[in-house]
Amino acid sequence: MTSHRPLHLAAEVASGAGPDAARRTLALARTAEAAALDFLTHDDTFAGPGLDALAVLARIAPETRSVGLVPTVTTTHTEPFHVQAAVATLDWVSRGRAGWRIAVSPSGAEARLVGRRPAPPTAELWQEAGEVAEVSRKLWDSWEDDAEIRDVATGRFVDRRKLHHVDFQGATFSVKGPSIVPRPPQGNPVTVVDATRPAARDTAAHHADVALISAASAEEAAALRAELHRGARAHGRDPGQLRVLLSSTVDLDAYEGGAGALAELIAGWHGGGAVDGFHLVPAAGERDLERFTSETVARLRERGLFRTDYEGTTLRDHLGLARPVSQYAKAVASA
Amino acid sequence: MSRKQIHLAAHFPGVNSTTVWADPRSGSQIDFSSFEHLARTAERGLFDFFFLAEGLRLREHAGRIHDLDVVGRPESITVLNALAAVTDRLGLAATVNATFNEPYELARRLASLDHLSAGRAAWNVVTSSDAFTGENFRRGGYLDRADRYARAAEFVGAVRELWDSRPPGGAPGTFAHSGPQFRIEGSFPVPRSPQGQPVVIQAGDSAEGREFAASAADVVFTRHSTLEAGREFYADVKGRLARYGREPDDLKIMPGVTYVLGDSDADAQERAAGIRRQQVSPQNAILALEQVWGRDLSGYDPDGPLPDIDPDPDSTLVQGRVRVADPVAVARKWRALSEAKGLSIRQTVIESTGRQSFVGSPATVAAALEEFVATDAADGFILVPHLTPGGLDDFVDQVVPLLQERGAFRTEYTGTTLRSHLGLPDPVWKGGTP
Repeated sequence: MTSHRPLHLAAEVASGAGPDAARRTLALARTAEAAALDFLTHDDTFAGPGLDALAVLARIAPETRSVGLVPTVTTTHTEPFHVQAAVATLDWVSRGRAGWRIAVSPSGAEARLVGRRPAPPTAELWQEAGEVAEVSRKLWDSWEDDAEIRDVATGRFVDRRKLHHVDFQGATFSVKGPSIVPRPPQGNPVTVVDATRPAARDTAAHHADVALISAASAEEAAALRAELHRGARAHGRDPGQLRVLLSSTVDLDAYEGGAGALAELIAGWHGGGAVDGFHLVPAAGERDLERFTSETVARLRERGLFRTDYEGTTLRDHLGLARPVSQYAKAVASA
Repeated sequence: MSRKQIHLAAHFPGVNSTTVWADPRSGSQIDFSSFEHLARTAERGLFDFFFLAEGLRLREHAGRIHDLDVVGRPESITVLNALAAVTDRLGLAATVNATFNEPYELARRLASLDHLSAGRAAWNVVTSSDAFTGENFRRGGYLDRADRYARAAEFVGAVRELWDSRPPGGAPGTFAHSGPQFRIEGSFPVPRSPQGQPVVIQAGDSAEGREFAASAADVVFTRHSTLEAGREFYADVKGRLARYGREPDDLKIMPGVTYVLGDSDADAQERAAGIRRQQVSPQNAILALEQVWGRDLSGYDPDGPLPDIDPDPDSTLVQGRVRVADPVAVARKWRALSEAKGLSIRQTVIESTGRQSFVGSPATVAAALEEFVATDAADGFILVPHLTPGGLDDFVDQVVPLLQERGAFRTEYTGTTLRSHLGLPDPVWKGGTP
């Protein structure tokens, strides 16, 4: 069975809390970029360990050119206004390669780091995470692309009709807007949701550009992908704008059949429509990512399934996702 | 080396009328390349640090978003992490508000920056009290003036406790802070950073601000740009340090200043006047007037006389910007100036606001800067260029070499951390529970 759906590949690059973690992460990023992977994830929780993930990927941005940069960003004990500004800024400093993987902070230990409120139940946390995703999109859209006019004749730097208050009212927070950051290069940086657990699945269907799933068989993956597509439709979205990637921790030393067998599995599941791609979580960072790129990716290329070089410059380009028009611009156009 | 050394920092041009955007040389205020250009220029000039201000809500005027000045900026810490990749020695200072953040998260972000820059991080602590800005945040609301400093002082103290909760080279310890503003506990996830404690900068000139700086800051960002005011401030703040067991050199006083260079002093004065005219457009002149009067004055001619009505002292016309303290007195002064010299609205605003701090040939400016430092009006300067991103080029090319010839400025970086550039003592680890 042949497929014209492009295959998408990504890898996790967090390297622990040691003193050389950031240097190791940069080396992994270069390996992934040399193999033209779509994006890197850098895992994190509110409690750590180690450095802030978005900070590490911002540090790497000028030292890479093409690969997408997707830090985990938590939404439970953080300020939505700051979070969206940081993600938008990552998009500016990487010239359109930013995403964020939304995560929640369910533990009491995390709540005590802030001392503002006890940790609510997980279902409520994902509901709130969805609201943070929604307000972030509004804030990214709150500057229309052509808001900056620099009109010397009238003395106006911006056209204030193209800057919008978002007036967002959520269950646990409200935001007036507009953002302080002009609309980022991708319009909206890419939203990734780890949907391996059921509690996150509706938020993924509603808000994710990329959903990560785990599955033991192609059938199970196909069912999850179909569920996410149905959910996206129910939220009024085009399921064609949602990429579903199998996320799996792989120890290529122990993987039966090795890196080549992994390529066969990815090709089979992708070709059969079970997934849009694969997110590698290497069991041992350098060793497994090196083998994945030199053997698994090479095998997928031989079969014509994966790009040999980047064709676009932004993460949305890599993922085949359109650059969204500002929701406020649309409102004006249809009025 | 007996000469007192000058410390220099570069301020990325801000979002007010100081920054000229109508000039053909004015570039993007948001593209990373602009930040990279200015930071690399500052590092070429061997500056101590690069400084970013913060924005949390776009200014509004008469209920509408202010549209006459440069607006839109990135989130500071994220840009500085990226700049750490394209600079090697330059300090990287982020302004972050203590009212709309929480100690644990900010301590982690700043410690991350310190690691990722190999010891070059600084935090400029500011506070805010207005409900207008609060509308963008969970905590929302209003803090009165005294509570702002109470929160900021406890915030800085808590952040330092977190940084100190891990011994050098040691495993995560635990922390527990309990005070009127914060009750937090847990384990700090970031290993002790290269500087131990990133540099803390404080901006603010009130009595509480001065005391707070003396107790808790490594650098004070002031607004005093005259010798007399600078000396008074310098003596006052340095005099407060002993109470906290600190030496005069433990706190650096750095006013934010503007400058205009020319081939000769006369040429520089002419250029300075031209820049002032660019900064105060006819529309900006009316706006400046409205900020004092607190009234809609859009019907007035910028080239005509000042209004004869008095300011509205209770106006809420201006939001997101500190209002003039005594508008009636300012209005009286402006009127007197206008009448005495026969000046229009625009000419009056040009004459009475935001004059450049240092204007002259490179030699004149270098001498004036050195005099400030040699006579204890400052330890150095935070330079605010009026153009993005090339506004620092001429200073680095023409003034820095003269300061070096005078023996008043470094000819190479001798250390790798911002603390070492500033000559600040390494912090003593006071941490945690053994």
